[in-house]
Amino acid sequence: MVSLLNNARPPVFCPGCSHERITHTLDKAFQNMGLSGDRVVMVSDIGCSGLFDTFFNTHALHGLHGRALTYAAGVKLARPDLKVVVTMGDGGQGIGGAHLLAACRRNLDLTLLVLNNFNFGMTGGQYSATTPPDALVGSAFLNQLERPLDICRVAQSAGAAYVTRCSAYRKDLAAEIQRAIEFEGFSVLDIWGVCPGRYTKKNRLTPKTIDDVLAGMPPMEGSVAENFRLEYGRHYRQLSGKLKPAPEPPRIEAEFQPPDQQRRELILLGSAGQRIITAGEILCLAGLTAGLNTTQKNEYNITVMRGPSISELILSPQEIDYTGIERPDVIVALAPEGVDRRRQIFGQVDGNTFILKAADVEVPACKARIHEVDLISQGIKKPDWALASVGVLAKFGRIINTEMLAAALKIRFKGKTLENSLELVEKVEIG
Amino acid sequence: MALSFIEGNEAIGRGAIAAGCRFFAGYPITPATTILNTMLTLLPPLGGICLQAEDEIASIGACLGASMAGLKVMTATSGPGISLYSEHISFAAGSEIPIVIVDVQRLGPSTGSATRGADGDICFLRWGNSGGMPVIVLAPENVADCFTLTMHAFNLAEKFRCPVFIASNKEIGMTRQSVDPDALAKPDIIRRTPPPADKPFLPFQIDEGQRVPGFLPIGADIPVRQTSSTHGTNGYITTDPQEISLILDRLKNKLEAAVTEFSFYELLGAGQSETLLIVYGVTARAARAVYRELKSSGRPISLLILKTLWPIPAAVIRRAARGVKRVVAVEMNLGQYVWEIKRILADQQVDFYGQMDGRLISPQKIQETIING
Repeated sequence: MVSLLNNARPPVFCPGCSHERITHTLDKAFQNMGLSGDRVVMVSDIGCSGLFDTFFNTHALHGLHGRALTYAAGVKLARPDLKVVVTMGDGGQGIGGAHLLAACRRNLDLTLLVLNNFNFGMTGGQYSATTPPDALVGSAFLNQLERPLDICRVAQSAGAAYVTRCSAYRKDLAAEIQRAIEFEGFSVLDIWGVCPGRYTKKNRLTPKTIDDVLAGMPPMEGSVAENFRLEYGRHYRQLSGKLKPAPEPPRIEAEFQPPDQQRRELILLGSAGQRIITAGEILCLAGLTAGLNTTQKNEYNITVMRGPSISELILSPQEIDYTGIERPDVIVALAPEGVDRRRQIFGQVDGNTFILKAADVEVPACKARIHEVDLISQGIKKPDWALASVGVLAKFGRIINTEMLAAALKIRFKGKTLENSLELVEKVEIG
Repeated sequence: MALSFIEGNEAIGRGAIAAGCRFFAGYPITPATTILNTMLTLLPPLGGICLQAEDEIASIGACLGASMAGLKVMTATSGPGISLYSEHISFAAGSEIPIVIVDVQRLGPSTGSATRGADGDICFLRWGNSGGMPVIVLAPENVADCFTLTMHAFNLAEKFRCPVFIASNKEIGMTRQSVDPDALAKPDIIRRTPPPADKPFLPFQIDEGQRVPGFLPIGADIPVRQTSSTHGTNGYITTDPQEISLILDRLKNKLEAAVTEFSFYELLGAGQSETLLIVYGVTARAARAVYRELKSSGRPISLLILKTLWPIPAAVIRRAARGVKRVVAVEMNLGQYVWEIKRILADQQVDFYGQMDGRLISPQKIQETIING
């Protein structure tokens, strides 16, 4: 049994600080487990608990206040074979509350020791998330206004499967720490102690009074049966181990001649649910089948099932640089939401622009040539309007043709969806 | 030639995988979310880890932990997330933890517009860390750059042990574009250098001829220390002014003195014009259109497209501006990087056009700025 304490850097805590006691107890647990320093990672953050990593000859990662659990997650996911022990104070637990909740929910195999001494010792004894309201602390009356947090109940309700509340003076603390480290999952020890430098100067807190208070609380002692489940890393590896490598994006060879050799710009103006973005993608894929360069820029509301849906497309035999469209060659107008959002574009177009619009959609007066298609009377449902319109353009030989479109559909769709979409663009009448 | 049709964010994900990235942690945010989606598709089947963390602070924190455990790591967000990354950016810079950070910029300030592009974080990326240590920032202009510069970003993070940013933009990240996958430049892979085997390991010891400490991962055969505190070569806190300044001066110099080794840029029409246009990011695409248009007119311009923004490639900028009467800088913000250009070209006329309204800067606007100057 070899001590992992760093003889060159003995603990530097205030006389009587329970942190020092915990340092030696933790070392005893490491010794009892027969761990060598290269198998253990001490992760710490700011405050007196953040000194812990320097006292041990182990791997160490010391970082910012409250964030120790975030580094520990990265280390443990990368190296599941290492024992990762995190020390935080009640201060770090407060500022890093979201990380504690996430660690409990995640159940990654980390051991968290909260060195709870009820105040910010290092900065002047200010109140923390666990300070009782009747304590005298360095934050004037503010702690009277807030209710202290019960770390263990929070951890338990957030899904931690191993939660212990105990005193730093508990006789079998080394064995309890060992149990927590050996538990395969996230374990939390809320270890109550005294801060002689700050807290106990004005507040009476002794090993005896800690025991008395703990005795009056419901016990929190290790395993939380209702939270038992597979450890996160093991579960992750189980699920990801079944996955097949993701395919490369399709590579599309040029096999057709495009209808013309000009840079062409097109805007699809529709609404959510019309599959505008998919139709835009298919139009670009059709361009690729004729060796054209393409770009697609989309716009839709964050409430994806309502509001405008717009796709801006460029197809060109030359390299495409600027992707903005000021004077499109084609506007497809399928819903008032999209038309309203891009109302100004209609003022910029001239007779060179071709507008394909659904019969029930109004567009602002403009100089463009307008062609109307009655998709409703053709019995085409709204989700198919955008693709049907692309079918109309192909039949007109505008920008793409029907063989390019069929090839694009074969790239994008399979099975029944492919059959249906091929049938749709085949049967749609140009109006 | 066969073409694929992908967006900038997917290209960043694929570039990261090609560079050897095996750990990604992120938090959903438009317009960067599709990088998280891409990594979630690509990484797990390769045995890599893709973590959706509880917030941005945890995302980058987990990356720092995994990087210290020896993996190549990346995280991605937008401006509001970069704000939350700040404390860990300075950790990575000050404690020499390799990491690639993608900022798919959106229109700010603050939560701004989730689905509108901008280049408003360009100085924030450089200066948004406590202590002000330098970082590397690379700016792609299109899908191909997203792939190749991400590979470079990993190489630079490994080589210089520092945070490397990809300053993308909604207009690149979420715009799909045809690209020839076989034509993508794929630099050779660089890995962090281990310490010499014949000397006792000190985590921040610099060996002769080296600019960064040799790297041993947490989990190596001997204990490895990492700390966010001001440290000496042994990785323990120090108050010795000489030791402190040695390390901090080195952090500055290792990047600023080396920028010529990774100054990515494109210079078109050098020496043919009295006007030099300087741009970066998606604005370069409009600038190319202007360059082509004016090339055939009586007033050709030179065009400098910067792809390394930080440290400032001052030599590149000076060389490109040599002999020109006027420099025009155009940015998708209200004037940020132009102040660096003005500082570097203090004796020359530097004019500026900036725009922050959620729209791309058009070739027409750039041309007007050039002609009306």
